[in-house]
Amino acid sequence: MNDSTALVTAGAVRTGAASGPVVVEARGLEKTFRIPDQRVDSLKERVAHPFRQSEYRTLRAVQDVSFDVHQGEFFGIVGRNGSGKSTLLKILASIYRPDSGRVRMAGRVAPFIELGVGFNPDLTSRENCLLNGVLMGLTRSEAQYRLDAVLDFAELRDFADLKLKNYSSGMTVRLAFAIMVQADADVMLIDEVLAVGDAAFGQKCMDVFYEKRRAGKTIVLVTHDMATVQSLCHRAMLMHDGELQFIGDPEDTAMRYYRLNFGGAVEEGGEDASAPSDETNAFYDLNGRVVHAHLRDPAGKLVDNVEQDVPIGLDVVLEAARELVEPIFVFHIINEDGLVVAGFTRSYDGTLAPGGRVKLAGAIENPLVPGRYSVDVWIRRDSEGSDMALQPIRLLYFVVYGTAPRHGIVTVRSDVEATAVLEPAQ
Amino acid sequence: MSDALEATAQRAADLSEPANLPQRRDDAPVPELKDVPGPAALGGDRRRMFELLWILAVNDFKRTYFGTVLGYLWTLARPLMLFGVLLAVFTQVFRLGSEVPHYPVLLLFNIVLFGFFQEATGAAVFSVPGQESLVRKTQFPRIVIPLAVVLTSLFNLGLNLIVVLVFMLAFGVTPMWTWLLFPLVLGALILITTAVSTIVSSLYPRFRDIAIIWTVASTVLFYATPILYPADKVPSGLRDVIMLNPLAPLFEISRKWFIDPTAPGPVQLAGGWAPLIVPAVLFVGICVLAIRVLEREAPRIAEEL
Repeated sequence: MNDSTALVTAGAVRTGAASGPVVVEARGLEKTFRIPDQRVDSLKERVAHPFRQSEYRTLRAVQDVSFDVHQGEFFGIVGRNGSGKSTLLKILASIYRPDSGRVRMAGRVAPFIELGVGFNPDLTSRENCLLNGVLMGLTRSEAQYRLDAVLDFAELRDFADLKLKNYSSGMTVRLAFAIMVQADADVMLIDEVLAVGDAAFGQKCMDVFYEKRRAGKTIVLVTHDMATVQSLCHRAMLMHDGELQFIGDPEDTAMRYYRLNFGGAVEEGGEDASAPSDETNAFYDLNGRVVHAHLRDPAGKLVDNVEQDVPIGLDVVLEAARELVEPIFVFHIINEDGLVVAGFTRSYDGTLAPGGRVKLAGAIENPLVPGRYSVDVWIRRDSEGSDMALQPIRLLYFVVYGTAPRHGIVTVRSDVEATAVLEPAQ
Repeated sequence: MSDALEATAQRAADLSEPANLPQRRDDAPVPELKDVPGPAALGGDRRRMFELLWILAVNDFKRTYFGTVLGYLWTLARPLMLFGVLLAVFTQVFRLGSEVPHYPVLLLFNIVLFGFFQEATGAAVFSVPGQESLVRKTQFPRIVIPLAVVLTSLFNLGLNLIVVLVFMLAFGVTPMWTWLLFPLVLGALILITTAVSTIVSSLYPRFRDIAIIWTVASTVLFYATPILYPADKVPSGLRDVIMLNPLAPLFEISRKWFIDPTAPGPVQLAGGWAPLIVPAVLFVGICVLAIRVLEREAPRIAEEL
């Protein structure tokens, strides 16, 4: 294993790059659940021993977890199912009481941990909005006042008086999200927000998150989606079996998450027991990480976005996370619907030692219609083998701007002309 | 560039530098860390608590009659139907009613008052699982749940009391100054109803047996409270037992104050002030117990669901 970063033991706190004041402080949190054994008592037995204590098994859901979140930070909590991440979030949100430990927070904390919480299918969306507004701490008149803004954002004004059970799931999610936008809490704790909705909606979620981030809000996000963690979070924390395993850089955290998820599963399943465990794990590694990823215009100037028809200058430096022998880099350009619009492959003739860097730079033809795009790279660690990292690395987001009509997904040049046909039809 | 495009460009700018935290202004106040209280029975923003209570009760009230043809009329029809049956039984079969002045009105009045108690406590049993998503996903003072149930039933009681008033006047009950004392009786009834609702709703998530126990208990209570009969028509030995029920003095005093001023009050029925101490202590005890139970259960109620 090539752990370049030492595991941070539970209890230790790494402040990392974050510099703002601490707004969420957790110290020594513990939570144990008692789970009744699934022993079926007969009625007779129950009558015979009415006061006998049922037998319990204990589950230590959260064990000695301490960390800090700083103001304006996006903080991810990741982990497998049952790792205790949601329990931890519920402790932060005052829904569960910890057995021991202490949580301190600053500013207004949003009192809910999920979108659309308390939605009642028998009520209209108007009534549901009011209930959610009140839950967020608005008065009924304030909630009423913001109702229009919510319905406009969700594009559901025409359906305001429809009962929620007649809504499609997409409409419900849109409504829930529109309500969240209105929450003016300083600290938001959110559980699996992006688990629902289609790709386009996911994009809208992202927009709102970036807006919150720009406004200096602090968000603690529990998620399974590593792409979200990598693109959104400043820092992330990995939970495993109730313990804090790692806290730090989102890329590192994501990589460790994949190791836990896939490396462990293969070992347990015993499907590939003969293979060295290092190989098995490495198969699922990200293989590399991003040092920097920029766009340049044809003059070589750094840009965030690109004009239509102007070639896209890519400037990426990647660092090998493990030894890469003649690695292959597969680039994908993805539009906002999640469709891979184009892709290309570049190989590197040589060997990269762990920590070795490779620069991938050059111009890409740009027939893309105006819209939002992202660039992913998959790293195949040697040109011979067929193995590929399971997860692409998200390199960039950019916008192609311009006035070209959005017909299809790329702009094509054509010299098709319309001319009059003079000969009469035979 | 259009505004929309500028916005997306700004977003893309954010995206391309994910490691940059927003620049912090030096003059921005440093936020003060405060202990997170954890889930509790009470506490937090009072205004939010009352707003939430109101909106939950209103929504629940609307939902009860959603999909029914007669809608809110049912809230009136239910006690009236029960009243009709009991009136027939007790005036035609048992002949009890003929000895009691204004018996039909008294019966209706008692049924409406007890109906409030029974409806609220019965709904309270299942109220926590009924608000499961709120309990498991949001933070709010847990007392809101039983209170909302009581408030919903109070809306029904309000509508029913209008009908009772119409009947009272129609059956020739003369208005008295003691009618002004109704808020006292109502207040005590709301208090005991809230206390019992709080107890059953807090215990149910952990002890599901409460649902069965309470169904039986509230039926027993219906017959052990002077609703169908005035307490003075009961043999004195049994009457002493009935007057231990904290609801009994409430129903007897309301008979005297609102229907029949010549009726014996609770003091006379119990044989002096001293025996009334027992129901009074029970009354206060139930209220104290309610607070204790809720405070003990509230922090863990989300885990028990």
